[in-house]
Amino acid sequence: MKIHEYQAKEIFAKAGIPVPQGGVAMTVAEVVSLAESYGRPVMVKSQVHVGGRGKAGGVKYAENVEAARVWGQKILGMDIKGLTVKKVLVTEAVDIVSESYVGIVIDRVSKRPVFMVSPAGGIDIEEVAAKTPEKIMKMAVDPTYGLRSYQAWQLAAFLYRDPGQIRQAASIITKLYDIYWKVDASLVEINPLITTPDGKVVAIDAKLNVDDNALYRQPEIAAMRDLDSEDPAEVEARDGDLSFVKLSGNIGCIVNGAGLAMATMDLVKYYGGDPANFLDIGGSSNPQKVITALRIILRDGNIRSILINIFGGITRCDDVANGIVMAYEQLKPEVPIVVRLTGTNETEARKILKSVNLQSAETLDDVVKEAIRLADVETPAAGR
Amino acid sequence: MSILIDKKTRVIVQGITGRDGSFHAEQMKKYGTNVVAGVTPGKGGSNVAGIPVYNTVAEAMVATSANTSVIYVPPAFAIDAIYEAADAGVKLIICITEGVPANDMMKVYAYIKSKGIRLVGPNCPGLISPGQSKVGIMPGSIVAKGPVGVVSRSGTLTYEAIWALTSAGIGQTTCIGIGGDQIIGTNFLDVLKMFEEDSATKAVVMIGEIGGSDEEEAAKYIKKHMTKPVVGFIAGRTAPPGKRMGHAGAIISGGTGTAEEKVKALGDAGIPIAASPTEIPALIKARMKESGKKKSGQKQKKGAGKTASGGKKTGKASKKPAGKARGKKK
Repeated sequence: MKIHEYQAKEIFAKAGIPVPQGGVAMTVAEVVSLAESYGRPVMVKSQVHVGGRGKAGGVKYAENVEAARVWGQKILGMDIKGLTVKKVLVTEAVDIVSESYVGIVIDRVSKRPVFMVSPAGGIDIEEVAAKTPEKIMKMAVDPTYGLRSYQAWQLAAFLYRDPGQIRQAASIITKLYDIYWKVDASLVEINPLITTPDGKVVAIDAKLNVDDNALYRQPEIAAMRDLDSEDPAEVEARDGDLSFVKLSGNIGCIVNGAGLAMATMDLVKYYGGDPANFLDIGGSSNPQKVITALRIILRDGNIRSILINIFGGITRCDDVANGIVMAYEQLKPEVPIVVRLTGTNETEARKILKSVNLQSAETLDDVVKEAIRLADVETPAAGR
Repeated sequence: MSILIDKKTRVIVQGITGRDGSFHAEQMKKYGTNVVAGVTPGKGGSNVAGIPVYNTVAEAMVATSANTSVIYVPPAFAIDAIYEAADAGVKLIICITEGVPANDMMKVYAYIKSKGIRLVGPNCPGLISPGQSKVGIMPGSIVAKGPVGVVSRSGTLTYEAIWALTSAGIGQTTCIGIGGDQIIGTNFLDVLKMFEEDSATKAVVMIGEIGGSDEEEAAKYIKKHMTKPVVGFIAGRTAPPGKRMGHAGAIISGGTGTAEEKVKALGDAGIPIAASPTEIPALIKARMKESGKKKSGQKQKKGAGKTASGGKKTGKASKKPAGKARGKKK
């Protein structure tokens, strides 16, 4: 789960990492009152869960209160990569001497949290990694022993020469590592970590992603979820215990299992179709899941056909078929549906599907091809 | 024979009185697995489908001298269940549970590694050695005994591939699901090494997906060390970047972990990639035939065949079927 910059900064500040003072605003009046209270130039920063906010014009410097008002008006309600800006962070502007990068990610190969630091901050770290890899220092930390102070010092010394700044950065790095564990993060990032003319090291941006699997024990973080900045269909899917990702095509896919769901989408594309979504209904044959899945997919006006692909191993196909029939009768979809159920009790399952005239296919390849054919039939000729 | 589990495997089921635990304990037993004990704290003394239940893994170990444990407990308790099994002396731990925090897994991994314990999973379907033993949730009905090893990060997609093999008359030595999380106990590389050493395994099917670089690591190993043919499949070619595709580990982040990179790495290592799981049996047959020919060829001109060009040939020859298979359907 992603949290906003202003929320991450609150966590940073609590842990003792220096951040400029700031507050969140949802209206222009709030922007103005915050700018007034600081009595100096501010930054107005859109709070949306996408990268490249600055490039999109969602981060602006305001010399005075009037400028803050103007930027507040422009940025609130702005569309950034499909997301509407509903909140801005108004924060004191600081003078910048240098910009660095500090981050912690999970390294899947060493199975350890790995620090990445670079004196080339303020830009995409992927870009730095690709163009000037020598400007990045990576250090995997053994989770059993934690970050040792010499390691923090080593990382900090890669960023700064001034002993005072090294000391400040080492302290920030240590606190960042503590935050990483405390909130069950999967990523923490300061980009940029800056130095000011008077020699202070300050985090002027903050990014924090938390492991979804750990949210059950992070109620404070879980409460930070901003439903406004997520796709409503994905929210509905999550509430229904489904994994759903919207794509741009016109063939809806309902599959059990994430790997098979991906493979099914890939096959739709491979045979010349265009998948509308990724959807994994998981291992159970709970009819409610099929109903929720169908409802979410049918809401997408582009849908021309739907394929249901279930590999019943332990899951009984007849159970799933009953769920599909229930969903079908409840929602009465006009879009053609083709179903493939393989595995335990598949013959019974086919009989059940026939009772409501649902089309069924035998193999994975067949169900995909049939869904593509149906989508083509359903698409108005003029559109092609 | 098989890898990791066989007729001698003696299994403890952790979380046996739960819904999933009790169901799958019975399924495993029906398949012929030696399910010797179950563990649920506070339920010691009872039994599930005739399997005695103990309060702790340590008790169960003393009573049954098991060597393997399979975990079906809810995610909040799974980490502790792994530590408990490790401390009780279990040598092979299979964690089925989905939803274990990655940071906890990093600590557990360091622990079990230091003790020389093999962990499979979490968030995996377990494994099955057809005709011998099944530990986990894979359906016994879709497998058959034979010469192919199957390793995958997925569940139902693995079943699809196994079923395609079985339907084409190709059986398996062991099928193993290593799990869809970011931090897993056993990676492709570990399993490939085991298949390479297993005399009964003649070829391997490897089913990867987006996220991480496990497939790339495997490709390097295959190119350098593997003598047995490998056929691959990669799921997620149409997955958008930055989105988690169901599995916690299936995500393209920072532009890496894409299907293209993985397909390319495997292709460069001479591994044919199936476009559909249903193409896997034909590719396996072709590669096993080639490998058989190569072996008899090598025998004839013994001593001359161990040059670098021999390795290159493998790469070239194996790319052909992949190209063909892809071309056919377009």
